[in-house]
Amino acid sequence: MAEPENELHTDEMILNIGPSHPATHGTVRVLATLDGENIVNADVEIGYLHRAFEKSCEHGTWQQAFPYTDRLNYNSAIINNVAYAMGVEKLLGIDVPERCRFIRTIASEISRVADHLTCIGPSAMEVGAFSTFLYFVEARELMWDLIESLCGARLTNNYVRIGGVKADLPADFAEKLKAHFVKTRQLIDDVDKLLTHNRIFIDRMRGTGVLSAEDAIDWGWTGPCLRSTGVPLDLRKDEPYLVYDQVDFDVPVGEYGDNFDRYLVRMEEMHQSMRMVEQLLEKIPEGPINVEDTRVRWPAKQLVYSRMEELINHFKIVFEGVQPPKGEAYAAVESPNGELGFYLVSDGSGKPVKVRCRPPGFANLQALGPILKGGMLSDLVPSFGMINMIGGECDR
Amino acid sequence: MDAPVEGNRAAGDSDEKPSPAVQRVLERFSGDVLSRHAYRGDDTLVIKREAVVDVCRFLKAEPDLRFDLFLDLTAVDYLPVEPRFEVVIHLYSTPHGLRMRLKVPLAGDDPEMDTLTSVWRATDWFEREAWDMYGIVFRGHPNLKRILLYEEFEGHPLRKDYPIDKRQPLIGPKN
Repeated sequence: MAEPENELHTDEMILNIGPSHPATHGTVRVLATLDGENIVNADVEIGYLHRAFEKSCEHGTWQQAFPYTDRLNYNSAIINNVAYAMGVEKLLGIDVPERCRFIRTIASEISRVADHLTCIGPSAMEVGAFSTFLYFVEARELMWDLIESLCGARLTNNYVRIGGVKADLPADFAEKLKAHFVKTRQLIDDVDKLLTHNRIFIDRMRGTGVLSAEDAIDWGWTGPCLRSTGVPLDLRKDEPYLVYDQVDFDVPVGEYGDNFDRYLVRMEEMHQSMRMVEQLLEKIPEGPINVEDTRVRWPAKQLVYSRMEELINHFKIVFEGVQPPKGEAYAAVESPNGELGFYLVSDGSGKPVKVRCRPPGFANLQALGPILKGGMLSDLVPSFGMINMIGGECDR
Repeated sequence: MDAPVEGNRAAGDSDEKPSPAVQRVLERFSGDVLSRHAYRGDDTLVIKREAVVDVCRFLKAEPDLRFDLFLDLTAVDYLPVEPRFEVVIHLYSTPHGLRMRLKVPLAGDDPEMDTLTSVWRATDWFEREAWDMYGIVFRGHPNLKRILLYEEFEGHPLRKDYPIDKRQPLIGPKN
């Protein structure tokens, strides 16, 4: 029986979106309580992609965890590799050679471009801009070509090692990169022309998914999502790791903290990343790419096959694992979606006691429910897209 | 020696002079800090579980500390050592660029502590994950249920006594 003063009232209904829905690229379920087309409450449910990352890491040696880290945020696997390697190196108390740090930075920034392309392309498609998706997939292929020339793999790269990287830059890398960057910039400019002043796109993005700077910090947001609210927090500037203190780059921030600002921040970050890579290739020094430490890196194959001591050394590292001293360490990097941290505990043996990944997507997605409340159902699509939750990293 | 320093599970250089932020906590909560160290440069305080909410409020509110960005909460299982569990919290101060790690030891037969959701809202899902994976109870949490696993799952898989190859039948959702 309807209230007299409220005759046009509608019953609330619950709409289940996901876990497998075209707009939830990644397996996540949103239980939206609707009043007409307005969202009254939104419960976000995750965990559909849980693969026991931590448990698996605890049952292998320290170096065997690298392939698992690839599968956290698979769009920028090398950044996960780097963060984990930095954590183990911090536990070991070793520094990697200068050239290795340059290579890691270059590979990280190329991965960041690929990640942002993968965020914006599908998100724009979901609000109706299909051609931009195709442009960005083409650009991402170019980035993956570069990554492939580094390590042979396009997706799950497994490129970084404790104390170094798997291989040096190929001889024609700078040349190839130059050509690919010309094409990528052109594609980004094309998408910029198609989207940034597009009335339909702006109407969907501007003013939706708004979060204030205070709330964003309270919800533990980091990365482009936090920067869209105007907070210029970027670990590459604030706590420069690798060689970020040797390059010149800007940290773009937003003004309104809405989906459109998140899009703009990511578009600008891609330009900044490419700028960084070009500077790094100018400056990169010659030298070794691995530490000369037989506790950490195994000897050259030639020596393993011809000499007894090196054979034993190789055997011990492979079977017993690298053995960091007893202790704990936390290392964090600026991943494409925010602070990616690894908290590692060692008891002095070859196996980790604890490998904790601090996933930026987990904290960012937590605020999805609150920012959807009070908005329209259709805002769910761009808001979810711009938070850029990655199932592999969120659910681990 | 400026502060009480006791035995510490993780090896540490606890004889070092504490950083200004650690010093502030030691002055205010001298009786509640069990130990401290700064191994590999990470400021770490081990605190009693009774004091954890007060210490967190203090760290967040003081103008010269302002640990406003909660980064991470997880647990570690040190079976067979007692206290068996340790809840590990990582914090960041956006105005000052400081980092802090808090550790709260919890007994194996009583793995309970107060929720931090009243201090930082972001702790909500992290506490649910610690409950899911380690069975740590956060008293006063508004919605303490499993997050990565399904409700019917039995046990807490990141405990060291949970076998890695154990299988459980998957049960569909209730509703």
